[in-house]
Amino acid sequence: MNKVEAIQALMQHVSADDLVVCCNGMIGRELYTYGERPGNFYMIGSMGLGLSIGLGLALAQPNKRVIVLDGDGNVLMGMNALASVGSERPKNLRHIVLDNQTHGSTGGQRTISGEIHLDAVAVAAGYLTSRRAESLEAFATALGAAFSEPGPTMVLGLVEGGTIKGIGRVKETPPELTARFSAEAQR
Amino acid sequence: MSHESKGPSKAPEFVAALKGAGFDFFCGVPCSLLKGLVSLLDKDEAARYISATREDSALGMAAGAFFGGKHPMVLMQNSGLGVSVNALASLHTMYEIPVLLVISWRGEGGNDAAEHILMGEIMHPILDLMHIPHRVVVKDEPMGPQLAWAREQLDATKKPVALIIPGGVLE
Repeated sequence: MNKVEAIQALMQHVSADDLVVCCNGMIGRELYTYGERPGNFYMIGSMGLGLSIGLGLALAQPNKRVIVLDGDGNVLMGMNALASVGSERPKNLRHIVLDNQTHGSTGGQRTISGEIHLDAVAVAAGYLTSRRAESLEAFATALGAAFSEPGPTMVLGLVEGGTIKGIGRVKETPPELTARFSAEAQR
Repeated sequence: MSHESKGPSKAPEFVAALKGAGFDFFCGVPCSLLKGLVSLLDKDEAARYISATREDSALGMAAGAFFGGKHPMVLMQNSGLGVSVNALASLHTMYEIPVLLVISWRGEGGNDAAEHILMGEIMHPILDLMHIPHRVVVKDEPMGPQLAWAREQLDATKKPVALIIPGGVLE
């Protein structure tokens, strides 16, 4: 499974009212290219904080579904936030991790998610459910299950490394992203 | 501590002023200088205080809460300002996300445990360099106008603003 296939599988479950917080790095650019919508927030700095942003949003808007689209480098950097999710237990939070075991946007250096299985960390940290998928079919099945039950839940998909040609960069300025995402979140 | 703890804690008045100024999302990492504030917020079911694990994570939660329509406050020891520099620079300031920082002043006047001395000295210059408006909370003045100042700054700048808490104010 490559990241584009994974993003397209995820977006099949994302409906108009859902809010997606996306981590920095290549995944944000890929989501922007293959799944752009005003209900997406693209975090272009502050690596590791996507899950914390999603948690605050899920608590502030308990009637909206909040999806955090994350990468292994981001989860490892902000692993403390998994404990906060496990402690607060927001039913409306789903944490989708695309794990390529590398830091993609800095040149593909290895991360340590090959040895440390982040889906197991989520269980230990108090997520209600967590699933690990090693194929596109398994990922699609896991997403179907995760979106039919209460959170907090993690779906981790193992994806191929390397960069995808032709992906764009987020064109909106950060303040423009804040304005449009806030409007969607409070709609 | 260079500040003597004279008179009762201003924590109850500070919490009332926070709410009066419209703040409605509270999280952070504690400091002994803020123990009265943390204790009140944690007991207050309406405040729904979140005990965060790191200051930058608390700031991330505050950003998400702001997107969701809240007016967030994050409390921390000034050591946590060091942890928070990247979040404040590349998240809140860059995206124009207002958040009230309530930062304790360990190391004030160079009279504190060794680990607090340097940060106590450079906290104000760090805030200046980051273009974060800040003000030291004065114990003997009413809390309402001090919190109102912070809210006005947040509304005007759409960026972080800091209230510095010396010893003896919110313990």
